[in-house]
Amino acid sequence: MSILYLLIPLGLVLLGVAIWAFMWAVRTGQFEDLEGPAHRILMDDDEDKTKTKAKDPLPREDK
Amino acid sequence: MSQSEQSCFHCGLPVPTGSHFSVNIFDQEQPMCCPGCQAVAQAIVDNGLQAFYEHRTERNALSRSLIPDELAKLELYDKPQLQKSFVHEQGGTIKQASLILEGIVCAACVWLSERHVMQLPGVLEFQVNYSTHRAQVKWDDSQIKLSQILKAISDIGYIAHPLDPNRQEQVFKKERAAAIRRLAIAGFGAMQVMMLAVALYAGEAHGMDDHIKLFIRWVSLLITTPVLLFAARPFFTAAWRDLRLRSLGMDVPVALAIGAAYLASLWATVMQHGEVYFDSVTMFTFFLLVGRFLEMTARQRAGRAAEELVKLLPVMATRLENGQATLVTVADLVVGDRVLVKPGESIPADGTVTDGSSSVDESLLTGESFPVRKSPGEQVVAGSVNNESPLQITVKHVGQDTTLAAIQRLLERAQTEKPQLARLADRVAGYFVFAILIIAVLVGGYWTQVDPGNAFWVVIAVLVVTCPCALSLATPTALTAATGQLTKEGMLTTRGHALETLARANHFIFDKTGTLTEGKLKLANVITFAEFDEQYCLNLAAALEQQSEHPIAKVLQQSANKDQTFAPQQIQNQPGMGMQAVINDQRYAIGSSAFISAQLGAAFEDIVQDDYQVVLADSARVIAAFRFEDRLRTDASSAIQKLLQVGMKVSLLSGDRQTEVNRIAAQLGIVHAVGGLTPAGKLQELQEIQQQGDVVAMVGDGINDAPVLSQAQVSIAMGEGTQIAQASADMILLSNDLRHLAHSVETARRMRRIIKQNLLWALMYNAVALPLAAMGWVAPWMAAIGMSSSSLIVVLNAIRLTRAPHNRDHAVAQKMKVLTSEVVN
Repeated sequence: MSILYLLIPLGLVLLGVAIWAFMWAVRTGQFEDLEGPAHRILMDDDEDKTKTKAKDPLPREDK
Repeated sequence: MSQSEQSCFHCGLPVPTGSHFSVNIFDQEQPMCCPGCQAVAQAIVDNGLQAFYEHRTERNALSRSLIPDELAKLELYDKPQLQKSFVHEQGGTIKQASLILEGIVCAACVWLSERHVMQLPGVLEFQVNYSTHRAQVKWDDSQIKLSQILKAISDIGYIAHPLDPNRQEQVFKKERAAAIRRLAIAGFGAMQVMMLAVALYAGEAHGMDDHIKLFIRWVSLLITTPVLLFAARPFFTAAWRDLRLRSLGMDVPVALAIGAAYLASLWATVMQHGEVYFDSVTMFTFFLLVGRFLEMTARQRAGRAAEELVKLLPVMATRLENGQATLVTVADLVVGDRVLVKPGESIPADGTVTDGSSSVDESLLTGESFPVRKSPGEQVVAGSVNNESPLQITVKHVGQDTTLAAIQRLLERAQTEKPQLARLADRVAGYFVFAILIIAVLVGGYWTQVDPGNAFWVVIAVLVVTCPCALSLATPTALTAATGQLTKEGMLTTRGHALETLARANHFIFDKTGTLTEGKLKLANVITFAEFDEQYCLNLAAALEQQSEHPIAKVLQQSANKDQTFAPQQIQNQPGMGMQAVINDQRYAIGSSAFISAQLGAAFEDIVQDDYQVVLADSARVIAAFRFEDRLRTDASSAIQKLLQVGMKVSLLSGDRQTEVNRIAAQLGIVHAVGGLTPAGKLQELQEIQQQGDVVAMVGDGINDAPVLSQAQVSIAMGEGTQIAQASADMILLSNDLRHLAHSVETARRMRRIIKQNLLWALMYNAVALPLAAMGWVAPWMAAIGMSSSSLIVVLNAIRLTRAPHNRDHAVAQKMKVLTSEVVN
């Protein structure tokens, strides 16, 4: 079981890395807006679609 | 360098020309900009802290040297120029201001700070709004300065500063970042420690080498220490504040439990004797922090909504002086100034139109979506937007005297005066802790007599096993879960008590316009009295109204037939009454019944029914009458039915005419409907209903609803409604789907059931465990597992609230329908 003396400190190092990454994320403002990005990813697409959508019906009516 | 460019030695602001303030610092007279700075600087010098001025350029100096600097900042708030933007003069030396308080974590903090500040001589009123972290303070300027009040507040561990929208945003950001950091440390720590705890428990059952066990304990200690010192610090500071001011809030038992469990574990690890509770410490901290974080998020959201009002005011204005236009800050405007407001700009101050005519959008203030016409002599309100053409305005009120500011103050006061049910829960917890401490002391005393060697561990077991974790988690976890679930469904809860009260509500009151109806007028009916047909009358009416901006004119224009056009001449507009014009040599008039009857004189008989709002006439007779109505929301009917199904009484209170209100009530199946009410009338009607013992939930959207929303036990604003209604409401229906109301009621009731179950469980657990622990029959590790699992059961029970409700499928189906229809189109 002496492998634990290696594995647990290793786990601690990983914990340290995880916390550092999290703190970095907080510091760089990744958590300032938790809702906006979720919507933004949808909105960008929609804008493109509505543009093409607006053009589409015209040729169809011509037929 | 001219005199005016000199800057104050103390605060760095430019020294006003002609001022003569100075302080002797470093054996030299240093210029000061104001008596405030002079006083601070003098006090610093007098107290032998002159060295402060040497150190202050180095911001990284000892934090001790920052204290005088902070004080100097507080003193700045006494400067009259600065006060103009946030202090409201109440006559004489009485002043009123709004403050933002940092560090408020619980309802008890509100009580503490209120009591502390009210003790100061000269403070007339001090009320803290828990949901917005703002305080209203009223003081006598001749007895006490604002800075002294601010200093007194900082003495008790809170930071206060006057309300300034940009700064509040920074406060929010800071608060949020700190909360997330704490969550991260507690969360990661809890995960690691729990993992190690599983190993320890398994070792307990199957046997484990002592050196491994010791190693794991030390590692757990290593991880738990930052969780306790950093993540759990708010609990300790709050508890310490409570103790110093001799009151027992919820933070005291929490801090006691975490602290005692940690110290006992530390002792056990170092002495290699006894049990460790690191898992309980970290897990408990994490759960509580999650609850606090969600609460903070909701509160900040509500706070921002209220702040939108402040942002309505522009920063700059165009002042006209001798025909010259100059840009000035709005704060510099004084009564009597003439300002130019271009189309698209917001009006900077209350005033009278002196030149120009335009339509003005007052919707943010009134909820009325139709622009209002303003011509010379009429009043305009700060914050409304000029739509069409330039207006010249003579300023009548500025800053804190404007209507906008007055509304805001009313609103904040209304919010503050809400009953704070949360305090009761805290007080109960306080008694509970007190009782536990006495029992622990008694048990300790008994065991030191009987078995001194074991006494410490028995006392620890008693303290840990009775840790009010489950008790203190019972309500917040259920509240958090229910709030989160409702937010996902489009119902935002902004006040802690809202859901609890909603569960008790038995009477829903609706406002009509914009709530049950769409708030848009539609042509409902036309009757003709002459030989012309309906369409001809409509075309005629549209022609007459073609230059009018009135909403009814717009509706008439839409109803007109484009094939037939008239060319009206000599158009005369009588604002608020109607229009006149000559068409084909015949004089026509259109407008209200009163207007037409004045035009026609004796020829007008009361042939038109009351609910026909617009009448068309030629010079001799009435030609036609038009009726307009506001269309019901498509979901209104089913929403009311659902509310009736869950056992609610439903009423309708409206400012509209009784006939109109009755028509809508009949359509929806509402029995109690009162129309023609002023805002004050609505309030009275509401109070009468409350006096019958009903718990009222009010649904509204406009500014006229704000007082009623505040008076109701729980209030719900429409997401499309005015900001001000939203700010005064406990809940905001973001989805604008009325059917969510009944659903929210159900969720609130489920939440109340779960809170009851949780409390019952926590009390039962304590009632069973306490005697066992006091008898010395509970090994500390059993106490730890007992405490953890009792908390876990409470949390899991609360999570049931987030399970998908039965009619969720319906909502999803509808969403899909909307999406597919969009794609198809």
